[in-house]
Amino acid sequence: MTWKRKDLLSMQDLEAGEIRDVLDTAESMKEIATREIKKVPTLRGKTVVNLFYESSTRTRTSFEIAGKWLSADVINFSASGSSAEKGESLLDTAKNIEAMSPDVVVVRHKASGAPAMLARNLRCAVVNAGDGAHEHPTQALLDLLTIREKKGHLEGLNVTIVGDVAHSRVARSDIHGMKTMGITVTVAGPPTLIPAACQELGVKVSHRLEEAIAHADVIMMLRLQHERMTAGFIPSLREYSRVWGLSPDKLKHCRSDVLIMHPGPVNRGVELSPEVADGPYSVILDQVTNGVAVRMAVLYLLAGSKGA
Amino acid sequence: MSLLIKGGRVIDPWNGVDGVQDVLVIDGTIAKLGVGLKAPEGGAVVDATGNVVCPGFIDIHVHLREPGFEYKETIATGTRAAAAGGFTAVACMANTFPVNDNRAVTDFILAKARVEGCVRVYPIGAATRGLKGDELAEMGEQAEAGCVAFSDDGKCVMNAEVYRRAMEYALPFGVPIISHAEDCHLAHRGVMNEGLVSTELGLAGQPATAEDVMVARDILLAELTGAHLHIAHISTAGAVRMVRDARARGVRVTAEVTPHHLVMTDEAVRDYDSNTKMAPPLRGKRDVEACLEALTDGTLDCVATDHAPHALSDKEGEFAEAANGVVGLETAVPVLLDRLVRQGRLDLPTLVARFTAGPARLLNLPGGRLSVGAPADITVLDLERAWTVEPRHLLSRSKNTPFAGWSGTGAPVLALVGGKPALPSYPLAISGGAA
Repeated sequence: MTWKRKDLLSMQDLEAGEIRDVLDTAESMKEIATREIKKVPTLRGKTVVNLFYESSTRTRTSFEIAGKWLSADVINFSASGSSAEKGESLLDTAKNIEAMSPDVVVVRHKASGAPAMLARNLRCAVVNAGDGAHEHPTQALLDLLTIREKKGHLEGLNVTIVGDVAHSRVARSDIHGMKTMGITVTVAGPPTLIPAACQELGVKVSHRLEEAIAHADVIMMLRLQHERMTAGFIPSLREYSRVWGLSPDKLKHCRSDVLIMHPGPVNRGVELSPEVADGPYSVILDQVTNGVAVRMAVLYLLAGSKGA
Repeated sequence: MSLLIKGGRVIDPWNGVDGVQDVLVIDGTIAKLGVGLKAPEGGAVVDATGNVVCPGFIDIHVHLREPGFEYKETIATGTRAAAAGGFTAVACMANTFPVNDNRAVTDFILAKARVEGCVRVYPIGAATRGLKGDELAEMGEQAEAGCVAFSDDGKCVMNAEVYRRAMEYALPFGVPIISHAEDCHLAHRGVMNEGLVSTELGLAGQPATAEDVMVARDILLAELTGAHLHIAHISTAGAVRMVRDARARGVRVTAEVTPHHLVMTDEAVRDYDSNTKMAPPLRGKRDVEACLEALTDGTLDCVATDHAPHALSDKEGEFAEAANGVVGLETAVPVLLDRLVRQGRLDLPTLVARFTAGPARLLNLPGGRLSVGAPADITVLDLERAWTVEPRHLLSRSKNTPFAGWSGTGAPVLALVGGKPALPSYPLAISGGAA
């Protein structure tokens, strides 16, 4: 085990060996979910605070279950709206929480860089559970775990990420993590939703869905936020869905062993037709299951592996 | 009352002087320059041997924040910061509260500066009422009161018709219109430069084009109206190219660049430090190189700091929410002496010109030269003086510097305004002379 980090802030920071450590640890954690009594004492006496400034169902629940199965005390702190609206700065809130001696703070915030700022200022471990359009490292780790499970390996695979890459923290974390693990990444979407200098991230950029998915081992469909339409990035959901949505007939162009993934929640009928979301290629629910295992691994590596 | 500055290397680009000379100041004005001048009986003497004696440095882009935002800066603290940084005159922007869009505010600033200021203060009036961009401010009366230029700096006048009228209306007063060139639609919600770094950080970027589009428009309006257009804080290769082309065509356009846009790129934003957030944002390497090239060849007339003090409460917290702007008065000269001159990227006389003759010509100010009879505003540099930027030691009320922890060699050691030290104590001592 080579894990030495205080925090988990981004996939861009992680080296291949560290990613492998998390995935291997997560794999061993998966067994706990199959037990009658889903609890191990690993993090007994440790406190995990979920500090969520943005609404989230699966990520928060996933961290909560992960902490509880490891016997940590898990506290959920949901702050509606921005810190500014609350009249207390993010840093003040975090320092108040730190004064209660948590071991890990899991933070989600709409501002890119918020977890990095907390990490600089707090002594406890900080896990980035999604910050703005920056990163969502545990999502990338669970995606990698799911792909490795289904394909048996990572290196040499082709992954195509489709949709609103510009505003997606999942896409950024996936791109960094996948590149590090030797995966060839293609991103595809309308040019208005592809961020500036995207090729410099080391990915191929395509503006044609059929071409981008033809040779993919994995297709990662991103959620399209409805506000992208009102902000003028796309003309209509109808057109987006026709051109960029994954429907059964578009899948005809794909490899027969392709995996369809989605970080959730799915806009059914927009980026994914229900037939594809629930179809045989979809591993979307495996992603959710693996999410708990990955978060157990992360909490263990940050809070538990140093010894009590 | 006399003061003799002996033995320094005098660099006065306005008069084409560069050599070891003495400078004699009598009753606050330059009396004589020459070799081997004798100090008059009872006069004070500064031994400037080994130092560089220049006309007083002028910063034409400063936010003194008073009236209205005294918790960020005041005329007293801002001018002390200027004096510490080697400046003997500053021009202050109109985005105070109330806005400097009428004579009463201009009078207030000038009165305060006379009593509490320690360097010369030249107010810049708003071009439009309340900086709202739709009605002209009372430029005539403000020019009469002492405004040296008009600008809605901090905001861009998006309505081209209004801006055309502002340029035309200002013509009889012989002062420039200073443009904060930023198309607010193209800049959108961008909080930094658009490029690889913004993509990796997941911060909304604004393209360099947001500046370029406005510089293009304003140059065309200057061409239409014949007005003197000055581009504030230019930061892109495209804008620099357009200014160079327009000048070659004879359009009356001048431009300034900030120290941070000369020595930092958007790479500095990587750790989400809000002290790297300003408008325009830190740009790419190519833009920085283009700005330095243009400063060297004279396409850019001057360096101006865009000194924008903000209290910690405006700057701490999330990058996207933090206020735009950095302080610059106390770091501009040391940073550029080290990073540009000492590293051999710009020669000293050119840098001095961009802090003296350049800004003085642009705003028709009496300083910027060591001519006999001119006010004795003098800045002395010590090219061997080592420094480190310690935010808590800054005299500015705000500490939001992007240069925290930087160190280098070369700094101002004395600033005289009307022949008198602007601050009570300076590294370079004055000996003798009756008080």
